[in-house]
Amino acid sequence: MNIDEKKDSLTTKAWKFFASVKLSVFVLLSLAVTSIMGTVVPQNGDPEMYRRIYGHAVFSFLNAIDAFDMYHCWWFRALILLLIVNIIICSIDRLSSTWRIIFPKRPVFHLSRFKKTKPKAAWHIDGLSVADVRDAFLPEIKKRYAYFRVEPIDSGMVIFSEKGRWTRLGVYAVHLSVVLMLIGALIGSWFGFEGMVNIPEGSSVSVLQLKDGTTKPLGFELKCDKFTLTRYDSGRPKDYRSSVSIIKSGKAVLQANIRVNDPLNYQGLRIFQASYGKLPPKRFTVYFEDNVSGLSFEKQGELGEPVALPADKGRFIVEKYLDQTPFHGHNLGPAFLCRLEKKGAEPEMVILPLSFSTFDKMRGGEYTISIKPGESRYYTGFQITHDPGVPVVYAGFILMIIGCYVTFFMARQKVCIELADNKGRVEVALYALAAKNRVIPKTVINRLARRLKARAGMK
Amino acid sequence: MNSSLIFSIVTFVYGFSVIFYVSAWVFKKKLPARLATILLIAAATGNATAILLRWYESYQLGYGHAPLSNLYESLVFFSFVFSAIYLFIEFRYKVHTMGVIASPIPFLAMAYASLQADSQIEPLIPALQSNWLIAHVLTCFLGYAAFAVAFGISLLYFFKASNNDKDSGLRRLVPDTEVLDDLTHRMVTFGFLFLSVGIFTGSIWANQAWGNYWSWDPKETWSLITWLIYAAILHARFMRGWGGKRIAVLSVIGFMAVLFTYFGVNLLPGLHSYQ
Repeated sequence: MNIDEKKDSLTTKAWKFFASVKLSVFVLLSLAVTSIMGTVVPQNGDPEMYRRIYGHAVFSFLNAIDAFDMYHCWWFRALILLLIVNIIICSIDRLSSTWRIIFPKRPVFHLSRFKKTKPKAAWHIDGLSVADVRDAFLPEIKKRYAYFRVEPIDSGMVIFSEKGRWTRLGVYAVHLSVVLMLIGALIGSWFGFEGMVNIPEGSSVSVLQLKDGTTKPLGFELKCDKFTLTRYDSGRPKDYRSSVSIIKSGKAVLQANIRVNDPLNYQGLRIFQASYGKLPPKRFTVYFEDNVSGLSFEKQGELGEPVALPADKGRFIVEKYLDQTPFHGHNLGPAFLCRLEKKGAEPEMVILPLSFSTFDKMRGGEYTISIKPGESRYYTGFQITHDPGVPVVYAGFILMIIGCYVTFFMARQKVCIELADNKGRVEVALYALAAKNRVIPKTVINRLARRLKARAGMK
Repeated sequence: MNSSLIFSIVTFVYGFSVIFYVSAWVFKKKLPARLATILLIAAATGNATAILLRWYESYQLGYGHAPLSNLYESLVFFSFVFSAIYLFIEFRYKVHTMGVIASPIPFLAMAYASLQADSQIEPLIPALQSNWLIAHVLTCFLGYAAFAVAFGISLLYFFKASNNDKDSGLRRLVPDTEVLDDLTHRMVTFGFLFLSVGIFTGSIWANQAWGNYWSWDPKETWSLITWLIYAAILHARFMRGWGGKRIAVLSVIGFMAVLFTYFGVNLLPGLHSYQ
């Protein structure tokens, strides 16, 4: 038990807490476990559905702990914030105590350690003294290596050099990149938003439906001028795109095409082609067959607008369109519900299913009526988002990849060039070691040997 | 001669390579080992050729795209990458025994693909029509394959270390536990780097297509869990000096997470479902 522990100030205690690896393990495990929970419990769903699946007691519990919008709730954000602080303080703590070891003023070289390995290159030079060779080599060493020094040895001289101490910072870059990503995520969740709009072809909207149910004005009118859908022969959608206009104060300030994977960026908002859907048909053609005279005639109309019967006999109003039409225990599928108003008679309900064109014969009325819907109308579904944290997150991505590469695949290199005087001939032996038992690529050493030989080669 | 036929033949060649690897190990003979390697190289080459041919065939059908878009194509691609990584290790370390545990994996993957997955070349739905498809799927599967190799090596580790006499019986031909441990580390490192790039390319693509670089859908979440497990392995090794058996256990757990990320999430609803 450290006597000083009792005297640890609050700041020191706090620092030690935030700098501990145990805290990291706890937070990471908590994030992992709760994330799994978030994939098992469906997120952002309908409360009624949850009540049905989980029953009242479990539902109340899960609701109280925010399990249904887990990834945006306060405790999840708190865990992320805790992780950010943990990583930063851990890094500062570690780096400040190991900086002197990573970047010592006078690096240590042990000739014996080098000589335990086989020289990577060796050659001899006649006609020059050891000092001459040293003077020839040093400019090359100065150019290629961050640090060098020359030491005398019994047989002559040895040039020690090294570079790449900075690669030990790679691991801090990796951790900093995690911090960047998390900060970017927090910025996005705090200042960003995301919502959907459905725009029938030809119409416009100016308000966005956000995920949490609230609305947000766009600040402009977004109009869908045209929606195009192309299909493969199999019927599956091949491509769908919208042609839009952005309208401010009644004037179109921008026109653009939006397709999947190709959003429109406008004033910090990103507008994505996310989905589409079919709208109930508005226009139709009604076919009347007069059962008495045998004559038939057709009229075109619009939903809700009365169609005049010939010879001023009354009017026919197509009131509603249903996708699924119940009828005496059967489902007729898509149908129009209409009202036939004949002069001098009670109004009659007429059901005109699209799949059964002779259905109306059963009614036994003066006319047998059938109907054909007009051209399909679509609405286009846009996802509109704003996320100021994205550049920060992307910076994190890049930094992590660079950091991982430096940490795993680069290391400090130490080189030792032994210059030995052997009866007037200088014998050069080049040794190289890398930290962490890495292997220095042969190409690097060969290139160095080649360059040194160019300065003072075999003679 | 079309790609489907080549894939079928390749499946059988993988199967034969398994037989020869096992024979070489059990009977301790060199010739079956050499044959096994040749068969595996043939299978992997055929696999790659068929993938390229399938790519070409999709253009013939009028809706060309890289063959990386459904379960069948991803399994077939995984088999190729896995075999390539394993062959590289076999060549570098000059040991055939690891083939016993490695060669069944592409065989099983191809067999499962031909039996259970739909091999029709389908056109891409609009959401998949992007160049990011290639970058994202390629890097993710390089990661998966490396983790699969690490998994196989970890199983071999358990086998080699399971008896105090490290050279008893079939163990003699299995490389030393130090070598297996080092290889596991290299594969985990390689896989971790590629999985990271895979997750990042997926995020950037999602941001382009749906406006969200991370939506916590099951596939994304489970890929993060997988990533966290392998990050934990790297921390355990570098910070706590864990090695050998403990790392091998974690490597197996990590691969279970890979399998769930690859297959399991298709059972949960979401954008990433292969359905």
